[in-house]
Amino acid sequence: MAVCVAVIAKENYPLYIRSTPTENELKFHYMVHTSLDVVDEKISAMGKALVDQRELYLGLLYPTEDYKVYGYVTNSKVKFVMVVDSSNTALRDNEIRSMFRKLHNSYTDVMCNPFYNPGDRIQSRFVSLGRAFDNMVTSMMIQVC
Amino acid sequence: MEAAAAGGGCGSGPPPLLLSEGEQQCYSELFARCAGAAGGGPGPGAPEASRVAPGTVTAAAGPVADLFRASQLPAETLHQITELCGAKRVGYFGPTQFYVALKLIAAAQSGLPVRIESIKCELPLPRFMMSKNDGEIRFGNPAELHGTKVQIPYLTTEKNSFKRMDDEDKQQETQSPTMSPLASPPSSPPHYQRVPLSHGYSKLRSSAEQMHPAPYEARQPLVQPEGSSSGGPGTKPLRHQTSLIRSFSVERELQDNSSYLDEPWRITEEQREYYVNQFRSLQPDPSSFISGSVAKNFFTKSKLSIPELSYIWELSDADCDGALTLPEFCAAFHLIVARKNGYPLPEGLPPTLQPEYLQAAFPKPKWDCQLFDSYSESLPANQQPRDLNRMETSVKDTADLPVPTQDVTGDDKQVLKSTVNEALPKDVSEDPATPKDSNSLKARPRSRSYSSTSIEEAMKRGEDPPTPPPRPQKTHSRASSLDLNKVFQPSVPATKSGLLPPPPALPPRPCPSQSEQVLEAELPPQLSRAPSQAAESSPSKKDVPYSQPPSKPIRRKFRPENQATENQEPSTVGSGPASAATVKPHPTVQKQSSKQKKAIQTAIRKNKEANAVLARLNSELQQQLKEVHQERIALENQLEQLRPVTVL
Repeated sequence: MAVCVAVIAKENYPLYIRSTPTENELKFHYMVHTSLDVVDEKISAMGKALVDQRELYLGLLYPTEDYKVYGYVTNSKVKFVMVVDSSNTALRDNEIRSMFRKLHNSYTDVMCNPFYNPGDRIQSRFVSLGRAFDNMVTSMMIQVC
Repeated sequence: MEAAAAGGGCGSGPPPLLLSEGEQQCYSELFARCAGAAGGGPGPGAPEASRVAPGTVTAAAGPVADLFRASQLPAETLHQITELCGAKRVGYFGPTQFYVALKLIAAAQSGLPVRIESIKCELPLPRFMMSKNDGEIRFGNPAELHGTKVQIPYLTTEKNSFKRMDDEDKQQETQSPTMSPLASPPSSPPHYQRVPLSHGYSKLRSSAEQMHPAPYEARQPLVQPEGSSSGGPGTKPLRHQTSLIRSFSVERELQDNSSYLDEPWRITEEQREYYVNQFRSLQPDPSSFISGSVAKNFFTKSKLSIPELSYIWELSDADCDGALTLPEFCAAFHLIVARKNGYPLPEGLPPTLQPEYLQAAFPKPKWDCQLFDSYSESLPANQQPRDLNRMETSVKDTADLPVPTQDVTGDDKQVLKSTVNEALPKDVSEDPATPKDSNSLKARPRSRSYSSTSIEEAMKRGEDPPTPPPRPQKTHSRASSLDLNKVFQPSVPATKSGLLPPPPALPPRPCPSQSEQVLEAELPPQLSRAPSQAAESSPSKKDVPYSQPPSKPIRRKFRPENQATENQEPSTVGSGPASAATVKPHPTVQKQSSKQKKAIQTAIRKNKEANAVLARLNSELQQQLKEVHQERIALENQLEQLRPVTVL
């Protein structure tokens, strides 16, 4: 489903970025980076209202020829960006929302770990925190046979 | 894991297949095994798989059939499955058919009917009672990915190794003659796979026997497979199995070396007590939890690396709330201990470390404190000695306990009291102006010694938070100079909260403050108060006060005292006129108030002294100021004199 998932900190540097290794990952990094502008634009547009009323799910940020990019912002200005394949027409908005919700929950769980310093990368390469987060992201980026 | 909404499957027969990544991984592994064993001609196996289309990768029917049989489904179900998956139609097990078949097996094992629709929903992986499927079983519960239970693979592999041998024996015995018996391993490729596995697992079996003797004996009347299988050819394990065998043997050795009788992830009694003690050192209340930062500091002392500690936290904090309850703490501690002893950390929380399991296993936390690393468990430890009787561990420890704990408790109580003492007078005296601060500072050391009384008096003062506490009376009952009385006299403010204005100095009497309050100049206000008090009293008693005017002044001297000390007790005021003639109530009333009076008097004394000191200081400083002023003036004069000379 999701081809690339990224978690970006408040200061707009990536905390976690992962894509399916089919193509060069740099392209996805670039896409996520460019999508940050759109995210900021949406936040500021909605920011006129109270922060409470601002919805977390930003929706489709922008579509490209091959991919669609969705965004989600938490109350602490941590952004989740997800890139999905455009050929996945079966993907509905609700599903994207649920995926973001799961991302958010996993992210919260990572935060709950006292050994995690906010602002660190969510590493899971070593035996460290973020393993559950990584697994959850893996489940979202499944390969079809 | 969710089944992906993907495109169609690659086969025309079976429906589009929805596979998750884990499923795909293990299915492909299985398929490779089955296909790899095909080699040349497959064993005839099931009749429907007799033909192998050249050029396609197919799973040999023999191993496939064995695999299916190992899934422990009834034969007719297996037939159904093979029919549904399309292998019958196509004549061979291609990858699609194989995957569909596996999915159907999983569905059947989960209790769903064997139909095409069943495979559309997400299913756990099929479970096969074969040793080569240990890897599958490890992936076996994708739904529980977050908490994959590693011990289950350990146990299930043991069970599997046992069961497999028996089942296969039985099945082979009942099978059609197309399947050669296990006793002649080299004869058929299907068995070739099994034999090296069995050899590899024979050593596991010995240890497994120790682990679960009872269920295995109940299950396996046949023990023969051991001999026959180990008589098999030299191990030439397939690639897939070597790694598994090696890993399992290593882990099994670890388990053998561990605290015996149980897996390394099981907490023993002593360990449990130690953990509980440590928990209480961090958090006295056993039912509440340790916050993240506290736990972090504590676990950092174990000198494990931060990534490992964070991983352990991830494992043990089951509810992910950033805090550790007692079972969670025990699990985390146990994992740390295990890690320090060299055990690799598990993939998921072992079942024996799950919070529910721990809570069930140790319902009553044991408070035997045989290990005291910290000192702060005084109060709860004191409450627990009665629970210590339950402990089977050393009783002498419990005997030793009450003594030190009580001492510590006593100290703690004193510390608590003193802090309370400090707190209260401090709070109270912060209200008035700054000169009062020094009073409070001086009052505090004294208040500590008068533990309860000072609290009472401080409480009394605290009862009027908006109004500053009453000014101390300017009387000096003990040895203090009368001069100060005159000094302070003019600055005496109006009394507040019922304390009378300071009376003129009089020779001290047995109840000095009382008399001083009462006499001379106070008579007029007292007399004026008399009618008011009379008005307060019941109309029926009006006669009494009026009928005894001469005794009023004498009586009233106690009355104002009552008012002064016990504003909140109108009953005493009411009791005054009621018992006009008798002096008896007065002593009783006096007694009640005398204690409070004394307390107030001491405080007043202290404040007075502090006041005196401050006044002296003030006067001295004023003097110095004047002198400095004069010096300054002199210097300025000199400067002026000098200036016209220089500036020309």
